[in-house]
Amino acid sequence: MKKKGLSTKDVVAIGIGAAVFLILFKFIAIPTGIPNTQINVAQSWLSLLSVIFSPIVGFFVAIIGHSLNDAISYGSVWWSWVIADGIYALIFAVLVKRANLLQGKLTAFKLIWFNISQAIANVIAWLVVAPILDILIYAEPANKVFLQGGLSVVVNIISTAIIGTTLVSLYIKNKGQQELLRKED
Amino acid sequence: MTDFLGYQDRDSVIHRLNATSKLLVFLLLTVAGILSFDIRFLLLLTVFAGFVLYLSKISWRSIRILVYLTVVFALLNLVLIYVFAPQYGVELYHDKTILLGSGYYALTSQQLFYELLVLLKYCFSVPLSLAFLLTTQPSQLAAGLNRVGISYKIAYAFSLTLRYLPTIQNEFQTTKKVQEARGFALGKKASLGKKMMASTRLLLSLAFSTLEKVETISEAMALRRFGKKRKRTWYYSQKWRLPDWLALTMGILLLLLAVWLVSIDGGRFWNPFR
Repeated sequence: MKKKGLSTKDVVAIGIGAAVFLILFKFIAIPTGIPNTQINVAQSWLSLLSVIFSPIVGFFVAIIGHSLNDAISYGSVWWSWVIADGIYALIFAVLVKRANLLQGKLTAFKLIWFNISQAIANVIAWLVVAPILDILIYAEPANKVFLQGGLSVVVNIISTAIIGTTLVSLYIKNKGQQELLRKED
Repeated sequence: MTDFLGYQDRDSVIHRLNATSKLLVFLLLTVAGILSFDIRFLLLLTVFAGFVLYLSKISWRSIRILVYLTVVFALLNLVLIYVFAPQYGVELYHDKTILLGSGYYALTSQQLFYELLVLLKYCFSVPLSLAFLLTTQPSQLAAGLNRVGISYKIAYAFSLTLRYLPTIQNEFQTTKKVQEARGFALGKKASLGKKMMASTRLLLSLAFSTLEKVETISEAMALRRFGKKRKRTWYYSQKWRLPDWLALTMGILLLLLAVWLVSIDGGRFWNPFR
């Protein structure tokens, strides 16, 4: 069953997942009132993909989706944040896989685990990876990039906790119902 | 697809280069421009990128809005840097020449010089990316990605993304209208809670239909034996001609120049105040 490398389904999930990621990234940004910080729905989509597919799928969805969005809507790619987004998907997927969200019933523990994973991944990606890469790649002042990172962490954790948790729990419930239907016929 | 930049079919020197060489030159120059904080090199690179954009015959009208947006974004970033680290230039250049004011927010020529460098980074990267993106056909780009050593599965995923962008965008707009008709608007007037609710619903229906699409498309591809071999050929792969080799040589030379400047400047920053 297990084969080395990406399966055909993984390839398609990366390709179309990245297109959805980009559209969400570009068209749904809910302003929070603080300049330059928006509630990002794309991150929740990334979290759902990470629950369903392997960590590498989420990684490439984030890298392709984010860099392509930067390129076609700003004309230049902000590489440090692109890489940080990829790292988020990777860490989150590795952590969340331990709870086996897709097997059996949806329990409170699973949802708590989902949120602990996203919080850890967000902190590492936006408070460690992104600012450090900003300093290394773009030689930006440290306090500025750490403040930007800190704001992103707070906004991302809250929005994934609300939107991401809803999305994942509905997906799991829906999947469970489909399996019940299949058993009956 | 009015909101996005896309390939513009024209006939120019830059269009005639093959996607692989363009991708390589783009990457080489991006690395060079990121590496160097030497103003002489960044000016050279900016002039070069501007010239390439001029050669590519892209109309100003098609990129105008994007350029204005980028200018606003760049200025905002410069202001943010000044607000959070007004003496960062002093730290970098170990010298302090006060031009205006006093105290923590005193304007120094070192700070101005540093912010000018940050601005120059936008000035080279935007024309360069535009010249690259708008002259390269997406399918050729996917073939080009594979040529520079990226696994063909990833290259294929990338071309799937480009292929499905318009489809997904359409579906997104339709779903949005359906939700609005049901009373879940994402408009400017709605409260934060309502917007969260509306976007969650939007995301839900988009997510389920996308996952279904993934199933169908991957089955269709599996039937056509996608991914059974280690390599694949590309309908859009192109030959290397003399201009491609020239462009690649120029890219390599510019990167080497950047590396050489780092070694003689004793770091990524060139210090004119010393």
